[in-house]
Amino acid sequence: MSDHEYTPKSNFGKWFNDRLPLLTLANHLTDYPTPKNLNYWWTFGGILTFCLITQIVTGLVLAMHYIAHADMAFDSVEHIMRDVNYGWLIRYIHANGASMFFLAVYIHIFRSLFYGSYKSPREIIWIIGIIIYLLMMAAAFMGYVLPWGQMSFWGATVITNLFSAIPLVGEGIVTWLWGGYSVDNPTLTRFFTLHYLIPFLILGLVVLHIWALHVPGNNNPVGIDIKKPSKDTVPFHPYIVIKDGFALLMFMIVFAFFVFYTPNILGHADNYIEADPLVTPAHIVPEWYLLPFYAILRSVPDKLLGVVAMLSAILILAALPWLDTSKIRSAVFRPIYRQFYWVLVADVLILGYVGAMPAEGLYLLVARVATAYYFLHFLVILPVLGWREKTLPIPLSITEPILGGSPNLATAKKKESLDN
Amino acid sequence: MTDKKIERRDFLFTATYAVGAVGVGAVVWPMIDQMNPDASVKALASTEVDISTVSPGKTITVLWRGKPVFIRRRTQDEIVEAKAVKMEELKHPEKDEDRAKNPEWLVMLGVCTHLGCVPLDQKGEYNGWFCPCHGSHYDISGRIRKGPAPTNMEIPKYEFVNANTIKIG
Repeated sequence: MSDHEYTPKSNFGKWFNDRLPLLTLANHLTDYPTPKNLNYWWTFGGILTFCLITQIVTGLVLAMHYIAHADMAFDSVEHIMRDVNYGWLIRYIHANGASMFFLAVYIHIFRSLFYGSYKSPREIIWIIGIIIYLLMMAAAFMGYVLPWGQMSFWGATVITNLFSAIPLVGEGIVTWLWGGYSVDNPTLTRFFTLHYLIPFLILGLVVLHIWALHVPGNNNPVGIDIKKPSKDTVPFHPYIVIKDGFALLMFMIVFAFFVFYTPNILGHADNYIEADPLVTPAHIVPEWYLLPFYAILRSVPDKLLGVVAMLSAILILAALPWLDTSKIRSAVFRPIYRQFYWVLVADVLILGYVGAMPAEGLYLLVARVATAYYFLHFLVILPVLGWREKTLPIPLSITEPILGGSPNLATAKKKESLDN
Repeated sequence: MTDKKIERRDFLFTATYAVGAVGVGAVVWPMIDQMNPDASVKALASTEVDISTVSPGKTITVLWRGKPVFIRRRTQDEIVEAKAVKMEELKHPEKDEDRAKNPEWLVMLGVCTHLGCVPLDQKGEYNGWFCPCHGSHYDISGRIRKGPAPTNMEIPKYEFVNANTIKIG
C-alpha cells in the first residue's frame, strides 16, 4: 500500500472522496509500486481477469437463449448455433473461453510454483487462488452438462457418482444431488443455477485475491523482499498496464485462433449426440483441463481410495506453503528444486496424456507411477529439499547486481548466462 | 478459572443460542430437502415390462426411474456357469440363486457400481458385462469379477405378475 495521502484536485472530487473514497482506491491501483523485473509470466493475472469477464458476459448472453430443460436444452443449444444472430460466435467464445481460462490458470499456478509466490507472506493469496481454481472446475463441469449431449450426461453421471464412494451416506448424497434416481431434469436445472452463480463467487474471490496481493505486494523473479516504493519498483500504471495489455493481445490471438479456426477441437464429438440414459459412450473422457486428476482417479483400483487420491491431489496444493520448507522463494537460486520443478511439469503432462487414454496395460502402469511421483514431489521431495538443498546466494536488491557493487554480482552474471 | 456464579444473564444467553439454533435449523432444512427427489419423481416408482418376446440368450434394456434395467433370459449353459462359480473367487460374494429367483431370468440395474456407466452386454473376460468407462468386468450373474467397481450390479425389487410380465419397483 502506498503510504502517502491522496487528495483529489477538483472540489467535487474532494467532496465525493470524503464520502466514498473511490478515488483513493483508483489512485492506489494506478500508483501501486510493482517490482520492475516482472517478466511475462506475471501477465497472466490480468489475462485471467479478462477470461473471467469474457465468460460472464458471453454466459449472460447465452442464458438469454438457452432453455434449462432436459427435453429442450439440446435443441436450444442448436438453436443458438443456427438461428440466434451471432449465436455461434458467442457460444464458441464461451466454450473455448473455458479452455483458455484453464490454460491461463495453469500457467499462473506453475509460475507461482517456480518463483515460490505461495511462500510467506503470501499464503492467503495462494489459498484464495486454490479456492478459485476449485470453483472454476465446478463451474466448468456444470457448464459442460448444460448442452445435454452424451458427454454432458455421462460426465455428470460419473462425477456425481464420485460422492457415492463416501461410506454410509454416499448414496443418499448422490440422490440428493440428482433430485431423483438418476441424472435428469432436476439435475440439469440446479446445475444451470449453480453454473450461473459460481462466476460471481469467483469474481468476489478475485477481489480478495488482489486485495491480499496488494498488502505485501508482488513477488518477483528474484524472489527477494523489496522496499516499496524504491528504485526497485515502478508504478503499476502505465508500466505494468502496458505490459499486461501487450500480453493480453498475444493471448487473444491464440484465443481467436481456436474460436475461428478449430472451435470444436477441444470438445468431444459425442456431445453433439443428445443425452441417452440407456447408452454410455464407448470412451468417456473429461475436458482436457481435468485429465491429470482423472488419471489419478483411475490409477487407484479402489473406488473410495481413488476418489480420496483425486481430491487430495488438488487439496495438497493448499498445504504447499507449509510443505515447501525452503526459505528461498525463487527457483533461480535453487538449483536442485529447479530440476524437480521441471520433472513435476512433465509428470503432470504425462498424467494428462494417460488420462485421455484407456485405463489399461501400459497406460495404467504409467498413470500409477506418475500418480505416485506427484504425491512424492509434494510430500517428500519438497520438505526434504528445504533442509538439504544448497541454495545460491541471493542478491540484496533487484537493482544491485545490474549496477554492480553487489557481493553477489558474479553469481547473478553467471545466472544470466545460464538462463540464456 | 475461578468458579464464577451462574447468573440470570448466562441463562438468557444459553436460551437465546438454543432457540436461535432451532430456528436456523428449521429454515435450513427445507432449503436442503427441496433438492431431494420430489413427489412427481417418486410417483414413477414402478414399471411393468412384457417379456414374452425375449428369446433365450437375449437381453432387453428398459428404463426404470431414469436408469436402465437389464432383463436377460439366460441359456441353460449360462445358468450352469453362473452357479458353478465358487464364493471365494468373488470380490462381493453372492450366490446366483440369491440374485435370480427364477434362474432363467436375470433382472438387474444396468448401472456399473463404480461410477454409474451402463456396462456393455456380452463383453469382457467373464462372458457377462463390461463397463467401458473404467474397465469393470461382470460375470453372467452380474457379479463384479475384475476392475474398480466395489460391488455386484444391484438387483431391483421386482416380481413376476404373470408368466409374461415383470413388475419392477
